[in-house]
Amino acid sequence: MAAVRNMQRLWGIGVGAIRRNAALKTSKILQQRAFRINGAQCQQSFDSSMEKPQFPGASAEFIDHLEFIQPNVISGIPVYRVMDRRGQIINPSEDPQLSKDTVLNFYQKMTLLNAMDRILYESQRQGRISFYMTNYGEEGTHIGSAAALDSNDLVFGQYREAGVLMYRGFPLDLFMAQCYGNADDLGKGRLMPVHYGCRDLNFVTISSPLATQLPQAAGAAYAIKRENSNRVVICYFGEGAASEGDAHAGFNFSATLECPIIFFCRNNGYAISTPTHEQYRGDGIAARGPGYGMMSIRVDGNDVFAVYNATKEARRRAVAENQPFLIEAMTYRIGHHSTSDDSSAYRSVDEVNYWDKQDHPISRLRHYMTARGWWGEDEERAWRKQSRKLVLEALERAEKRLKPNPELIFTDVYNEFTPDLAKQKESMVRHLQQYKEHYPLDMYEK
Amino acid sequence: MAAARLLLRSAALKASLSDVSAGVQSSTAGGSLLRLSPSCSLRLKTQKRHATHFTFYPDPVPTNYGPTTKMNLFQSITSALDNTLASDPTAVIFGEDVAFGGVFRCTVGLRDKYGKDRVFNTPLCEQGIVGFGIGVAVAGATAIAEIQFADYIFPAFDQIVNEAAKYRYRSGNHFDCGKMTIRAPWGCVGHGSLYHSQSPEAFFAHSAGLKVVVPRGPVQAKGLLLSCIADENPCIFFEPKILYRAAVEQVPTDAYHIPLSQADIVQEGSDLTMVAWGTQVHVLREVANMAQDKLGLSCEVIDLQTILPWDKETVCKSVVKTGRLLISHEAPVTGGFAAEITTAVQEECFLNLEAPITRVSNDQLLESGNDELITDVVATLVD
Ligand SMILES: Cc1ncc(C[n+]2csc(CCOP(=O)(O)OP(=O)(O)O)c2C)c(N)n1
Ligand SMILES: [Mg+2]
Repeated sequence: MAAVRNMQRLWGIGVGAIRRNAALKTSKILQQRAFRINGAQCQQSFDSSMEKPQFPGASAEFIDHLEFIQPNVISGIPVYRVMDRRGQIINPSEDPQLSKDTVLNFYQKMTLLNAMDRILYESQRQGRISFYMTNYGEEGTHIGSAAALDSNDLVFGQYREAGVLMYRGFPLDLFMAQCYGNADDLGKGRLMPVHYGCRDLNFVTISSPLATQLPQAAGAAYAIKRENSNRVVICYFGEGAASEGDAHAGFNFSATLECPIIFFCRNNGYAISTPTHEQYRGDGIAARGPGYGMMSIRVDGNDVFAVYNATKEARRRAVAENQPFLIEAMTYRIGHHSTSDDSSAYRSVDEVNYWDKQDHPISRLRHYMTARGWWGEDEERAWRKQSRKLVLEALERAEKRLKPNPELIFTDVYNEFTPDLAKQKESMVRHLQQYKEHYPLDMYEK
Repeated sequence: MAAARLLLRSAALKASLSDVSAGVQSSTAGGSLLRLSPSCSLRLKTQKRHATHFTFYPDPVPTNYGPTTKMNLFQSITSALDNTLASDPTAVIFGEDVAFGGVFRCTVGLRDKYGKDRVFNTPLCEQGIVGFGIGVAVAGATAIAEIQFADYIFPAFDQIVNEAAKYRYRSGNHFDCGKMTIRAPWGCVGHGSLYHSQSPEAFFAHSAGLKVVVPRGPVQAKGLLLSCIADENPCIFFEPKILYRAAVEQVPTDAYHIPLSQADIVQEGSDLTMVAWGTQVHVLREVANMAQDKLGLSCEVIDLQTILPWDKETVCKSVVKTGRLLISHEAPVTGGFAAEITTAVQEECFLNLEAPITRVSNDQLLESGNDELITDVVATLVD
């Protein structure tokens, strides 16, 4: 009793107005309902089958037999594609009709990403960098979506979307600087390799905790909507990250608050070792869209044109209608999860080979270009050589570069320096001075 | 009890209560002995439970910020939010039930005045509220997020600690969410029980990159909240909910700023430094008066105001002067913010200390409203 009274006292602080408000609403609804029933009664006798549920939480019909909704009520969401595996356009009306230059650019970005992955992966194996994550097999999702956006659209990524940044023009030198954590790294060497970010290219710095970017992207989209700037936010994430509570928050907030955002899920079959059938029971990620009242589509992520078309249309409508879109791009993670992973422990070589050899986004686009006479063996050989050279040269430059000044450990915690930070810095500087023979200080900028 | 021990001990130095203090010092269980023996302590507790358990000490009327109006604490919050929405067209306020005015009435009238795109309800999801707020701020707008009770801030812990606090640092200062402020009703209210009473500031004090602020009354609340909103770092602003209505002061109607990370010496003294924030400042002022009356002790009372980054200098200067320090908070003692203050003061003022630093706080693991705690301090002092 006392507890109840106490709670009432607590709520009493603000509850007067709630109660008044609620009472007002209820009486209004009751009035309306009474009016309707009265109206019906004038014409005919009361018929219970004509009754409509009045619950504020759903608009629906009554039924008079017990029936559970089947979980597969939304199932087998089809996979939208434009090209078949041999790069042939299936339905000409869906061909985005991109110019030769545009398509060549797609191809060069996809393959340059591939070249960078190979070299950085190798350099981790050789102990030159501490960690790496490849993008093998997912190049189509990156380039197709990036090309469909405006360069001032804001990107929130997970970590396996380096191609998006590459498409926007992030130079190889800065990719390398980040992975080496050298003095040119925009992030000042504070994050593990592959955590890129670039303000000028509207690509928000990658964060390790999964799915945190989803509600943030919704908030950014809301702010952008209020600016009336015709921009959109795109938010990338894996099908594993989609299980996080933050993913739910991001979907629900952007739907209820009508945010111009594209949620782009890369469903690549695995979250480290966990296969999709241990990640969720429903029909993938796209099936969740309707539950949130969100427009959704599933596309073939290995078809760069399908990804491009879907993203372009989602972008157009998100801006025009201020609503979120969910794109689930089906693809396959051909590489190990990261350099810390050996995927042979949980999947077969045959499975990997299938995707690598039979259904690869790069080879599909190459078939398309070859069929048009835009690309041949000679071009391929020359470009391979050139792209490898570009990456290796950038790598060499990054490796020679000094590490950031150790004093940068203490900056950017706040926008200003605090007395505590100043003290900690002083103490570190003193320590390094006193014990300099124990530290490779010549590797660091002064 | 701890306060009593320290006070009695310092009193002993002044030879005013030498008999009792000798007894206390000679027994390690002196504290419980003191608490159990006099029956008046019990009587005081039962009487206090039905009355307000502390006396609110209003600030003097501010003279340097223009005209003032009588406001309680929730009205001073509304006033700060009103000033912000009026002057900053990017500012948005959101959270659970804020559109109609909030369960504590802090946003009353703002939606009607500024539009439903600026003051709006979100779904019931704290991690979403904070994540959304970070995103708003990253996109360059001013985000004021409300968490309905500080007790329910924990679903947003990751967004606050791993994201907000580290946004600027991890991006090398290319992105930040400094334009976000999180407001949350905080602390005991006397009848809030387990989950409407907590004081979680210490959890956030462990996260460099955040600013954590607790005001002691309406004038401070408005000036500090406006400073949090203007500050270029993510801030958590905890509002002592027991003061929403109980605390009334003359508050300037225009916008004004009270600097963050600056403690406020609310009462000068020479024998003992007492530090608190929020409601507990008023408790300590009462204690200071009692100590003066009963024990002839002169206490300096400091309102810390900003928990992170805190004003070490003001506290240490005071301890150098008095040689004694007592810190009181509503949160549990283990790992509470008093522990941090204690260590820092011990590092800085070791040779100035004339007695062990004392923490007066909830000695239970859980805080179920601090009536008990306060009557403990006051009652044992009286004993
Ligand atoms: C909150 C959180 N939990 C766990 C991890 C460790 N972790 C890093 S990547 C990963 C798998 C993510 O899988 P998915 O979202 O499908 O992305 P993919 O790696 O397949 O691109 C895990 C569990 C993390 N970074 N953050
Ligand atoms: Mg995955």
